[in-house]
Amino acid sequence: MLSKAKLLFARMLVPLLLLSVAGPVMAEKTRHWGDLNMTRGVTDVSRQIYDLHMIIFWICVVIGVLVFGVMIFSMFVHRKSLGYKAANFHESTTVEIAWTVVPALILIVMAVPATSALLNLYDTTEAEMDVLITGYQWKWQYEYLGEDVSFISELSTPESEIYNTADKNEHYLQQVSQPLVIPVDTKVRFLVTAKDVIHSWWMTEFGVKRDAIPGFVNETWARVEKTGTYRGECTELCGKGHAFMPIVVEVVEKDEFATWLSEKKAEVAAIRELTSKEFSLEELMTTGEAAYNRTCAACHMANGEGIPGVFPAVKGSAIATGPVTDHLSIVINGKTGTAMQAFGAQLSEVDLAAIITYERNAWGNSTGDVVQPIEILNFKQGQ
Amino acid sequence: MAHGPAKGIGRWIFTTNHKDIGTLYLWFSFAMFLLGGFFAMVIRAELFEPGMQIVRPEFFNQMTTMHGLVMVFGAIMPAFVGLANWMIPMMIGAPDMALPRMNNLSFWILPFAFAILASTLFMEGGAPNFGWTFYAPLSTTYAPPSVNYFIFGVHIMGASSIMGSINIIATVLNLRAPGMTLMKMPLFVWTWLITAFLLVAVMPVLAGAVTMMLMDVNFGTSFFNAAGGGDPVLFQHVFWFFGHPEVYIIILPAFGVISAIIPAFSRKPLFGYSSMVYATAAIAFLSFIVWAHHMFTVGMPLTGELYFMYATMLIAVPTGVKVFNWISTMFRGAMTFETPMLFAIAFVILFTMGGFTGLMLSIAPSDIQYHDTYFVVAHFHYVMVAGAVFSGTAAVYYWLPKWCGKMYDETMGKLQFWIAFIGFNITFFPQHFLGLAGMPRRYADYALQFADWNMVSSIGAFIYGAAQLLFLFNVIRTIVAGKPVTEPKTWEGAEGLEWTLPTPAPYHTFSTPPEVK
Amino acid sequence: MGNSPVARLTAKLLLWAVAMFAFAVFLMPPLYDAFCELTGLGGKTGGPYRATEAGIDESRTVKVQFIATNNGEMPWDFEPLAYEVRVHPGQPQAARFFARNPTDRNMVAQAIPSITPFQAAQYFHKTECFCFNRQQLAAGADAELPLVFIVDRDLPRSVNTITLSYTLFDVTESTTEPVAKLN
Repeated sequence: MLSKAKLLFARMLVPLLLLSVAGPVMAEKTRHWGDLNMTRGVTDVSRQIYDLHMIIFWICVVIGVLVFGVMIFSMFVHRKSLGYKAANFHESTTVEIAWTVVPALILIVMAVPATSALLNLYDTTEAEMDVLITGYQWKWQYEYLGEDVSFISELSTPESEIYNTADKNEHYLQQVSQPLVIPVDTKVRFLVTAKDVIHSWWMTEFGVKRDAIPGFVNETWARVEKTGTYRGECTELCGKGHAFMPIVVEVVEKDEFATWLSEKKAEVAAIRELTSKEFSLEELMTTGEAAYNRTCAACHMANGEGIPGVFPAVKGSAIATGPVTDHLSIVINGKTGTAMQAFGAQLSEVDLAAIITYERNAWGNSTGDVVQPIEILNFKQGQ
Repeated sequence: MAHGPAKGIGRWIFTTNHKDIGTLYLWFSFAMFLLGGFFAMVIRAELFEPGMQIVRPEFFNQMTTMHGLVMVFGAIMPAFVGLANWMIPMMIGAPDMALPRMNNLSFWILPFAFAILASTLFMEGGAPNFGWTFYAPLSTTYAPPSVNYFIFGVHIMGASSIMGSINIIATVLNLRAPGMTLMKMPLFVWTWLITAFLLVAVMPVLAGAVTMMLMDVNFGTSFFNAAGGGDPVLFQHVFWFFGHPEVYIIILPAFGVISAIIPAFSRKPLFGYSSMVYATAAIAFLSFIVWAHHMFTVGMPLTGELYFMYATMLIAVPTGVKVFNWISTMFRGAMTFETPMLFAIAFVILFTMGGFTGLMLSIAPSDIQYHDTYFVVAHFHYVMVAGAVFSGTAAVYYWLPKWCGKMYDETMGKLQFWIAFIGFNITFFPQHFLGLAGMPRRYADYALQFADWNMVSSIGAFIYGAAQLLFLFNVIRTIVAGKPVTEPKTWEGAEGLEWTLPTPAPYHTFSTPPEVK
Repeated sequence: MGNSPVARLTAKLLLWAVAMFAFAVFLMPPLYDAFCELTGLGGKTGGPYRATEAGIDESRTVKVQFIATNNGEMPWDFEPLAYEVRVHPGQPQAARFFARNPTDRNMVAQAIPSITPFQAAQYFHKTECFCFNRQQLAAGADAELPLVFIVDRDLPRSVNTITLSYTLFDVTESTTEPVAKLN
């Protein structure tokens, strides 16, 4: 009788053994099998969350081992095939009360660290700097409040990697045109909002995740303890580009940040300068192609053909081949009630001029029109 | 009364017989299960490797949305309504459901609802692409034109569910055989009675949510539009006020099935019957007061987060009671391990694991890291698939001999179990790792560090999918060529009025009510 | 069946279903609004506020920040003239936003306020605000939009920064009548 139980047990072990052999063999081929657990992160909050996660996890493991242990023991011993006769007990108020009260006590034990972590998250002591984060379909805008520095941060992985015509680089889908830069050991308050649909700004290593809701502003904060480049994701379904709006934050030393900020301000001034420069068609086409692929190709596609029924084509369209002012108007002001945003505030005059020139001359839209940055500026001011 | 079923297709269209309608529900739900499963295969195939290979991101979103909607509303809910139709009258000694004509109607509007929903895939702008939770404004201002068909479909399936539940409540409360007191009812009847009350309470709320969406989309109101003084977050509150009870609506009847199967194959009465009833009622009550735990990252006052965290943690208590009771039932029984029992045991293990991750998710600060990641996907598939689908499969194997008087092939059943069990775990266990490592859900494409586990998960999904085809084959083979059985009691340890009836169950049963001692 | 127990129960349950539908559509939105106002959830602020006589608490200063966001494709230029002020609780303070309609058509906008942190929302009173009404700007026109507010003396001491955000929505197409209940 017992030998039969052993045989059964041995049979159960076979798949487990197979798995344990197969696991390491497969593991050798790649390097990513290590990411099994939550990150400890680089803030006080993220470490607190990690510790909490591990406490609850181990409590669950212990309960699981006890409960499943009893069950598996009973499955191997209390079998009819071993001639075991069924008992007939089916009620015990004492036992019922015990297994109501004991779990309730365990829950109270869990609630204590959970509450203290939550209190820490809601800390409202004064922050040293504020960053406004705005979610768009499908990119982020960062604005350093009071500094007059604001920029768009969008995916910089090329289409060719996404559609498998080029090899994927190391930071595939986790790289952006311009990362958010913040100083280390500084309490940064993040104000989070959105322009269109709900997004969610998640920076795993900081233990920060906040929904960005149109019309409302949310706040959260982080004090990062270690410099480095951190990568995060949008975590609220926001349409077709949901997987393609990553977050990259560079945490730098305080003095480095000050330098960066002043350079950034100089850059803003330089772009204003460039606006008055005259560009050749070739220059605009080159800049335009890159900017178009970054900003427009998600909807209108790299080949300008759009997606029939969803996003209109630019190739051969009335707007891209008709009067220049109509084209300027739709790109700068957007189109109400559609996914076409007002790009006037998002892009520099140079990029806008380049994109419009590119759209009017690429894919057989050979209008020969050259739109200069200064025309964009005039249009914005004079319309 | 002794006449048999009508001939031809008319039998099915005009039937008011609870067994026919139960059969219709079960086949319909299986068809939807295959459809939703096909969508899942598309999702997993796309996620097999990083990069977009098979579909475009916008179509991927339609797939995740349709997969969720079809599985929740088309597969799981109708499957349990089908089981209720077949079994509740036979379990309480009633001749039929209390409202047979409404029963016919509540089934036959369902195929229309899903035909409308499925047809949106071929419309300009595509099918709904805003997730099965359809958060505004993605589902209102930014929705594809097919959103109106989606709303219409949801209204019809809501009406069907409400009618179905009213019927179940009326049957259970009015048609029990003499002597069948409430506290003598099988647990499956109890869990369904409580589920039906939940459905009548919350399906109208879902109808309300989609009606407000309809008004916002077409008639310029601003329930969920901040510009007009509304609030997109209000949508989430309304939705989860429906949505949280909804997940218990799915799992409670599954508890009932497991509470029938485990005692039968342990040859020992269910341990703690009355505490099981109270636990079910407690879970149902708690389901109404925890909804905002789906919204911990939305931004809530501290007191709100604390309240919803504590209330959610409490659910672990009655759920734990249920699991302990099942295990005590098995303890010192004389167990055999036929296919239904294998699925029931897998249910207990895997559902409990889903319960553990549920407990982890209830901790608001940790939820910041889990929310909307694959950890959540893993969690709810452990409770929805290993919970509801496994128990549904167990129920079919358990009662199939009673329904058609034929025995299924035990070897094939066990084979299906092992393929499903292994496939399921290969699919969903790695998703815990993916979520913890930082992969958000509803992603059409992902960064390279998630590549390996995604591939494993996809392979598991194909294995799990194959198991369902084997299930279909086994059921059809049983009906067509199964070994005939005539014993009233198919299973040695099975208890309940349904096992006092002849096998296969005649078209009309309990025309004169049995006496229950 | 007529007046059988089944028919009575069915009628009751149907009525219950209808009541739950009505609850969702007619009661949940106002209940939610009331709840938000009570707790500051969603950062909604109350309607116009009438200052009562109350002194100025000079013992502390609160930083008030202003944020302006354009929703979706709203093309107006919209920004606060000063991004931050420091005020004593109880002291009325004026602030102005600049708005310009750069397009060639007349447009109507609605600004939606939102305050963070939540616990500050019910202590932030606006005596005058451009967000109480819709704002109309002719093609090419601009305007300075006024706002006067008082931070309540009862503001919890733990709060020292309040952020007031306005999101500007284009409501040109839906403007047929003034929307009264906007705050």
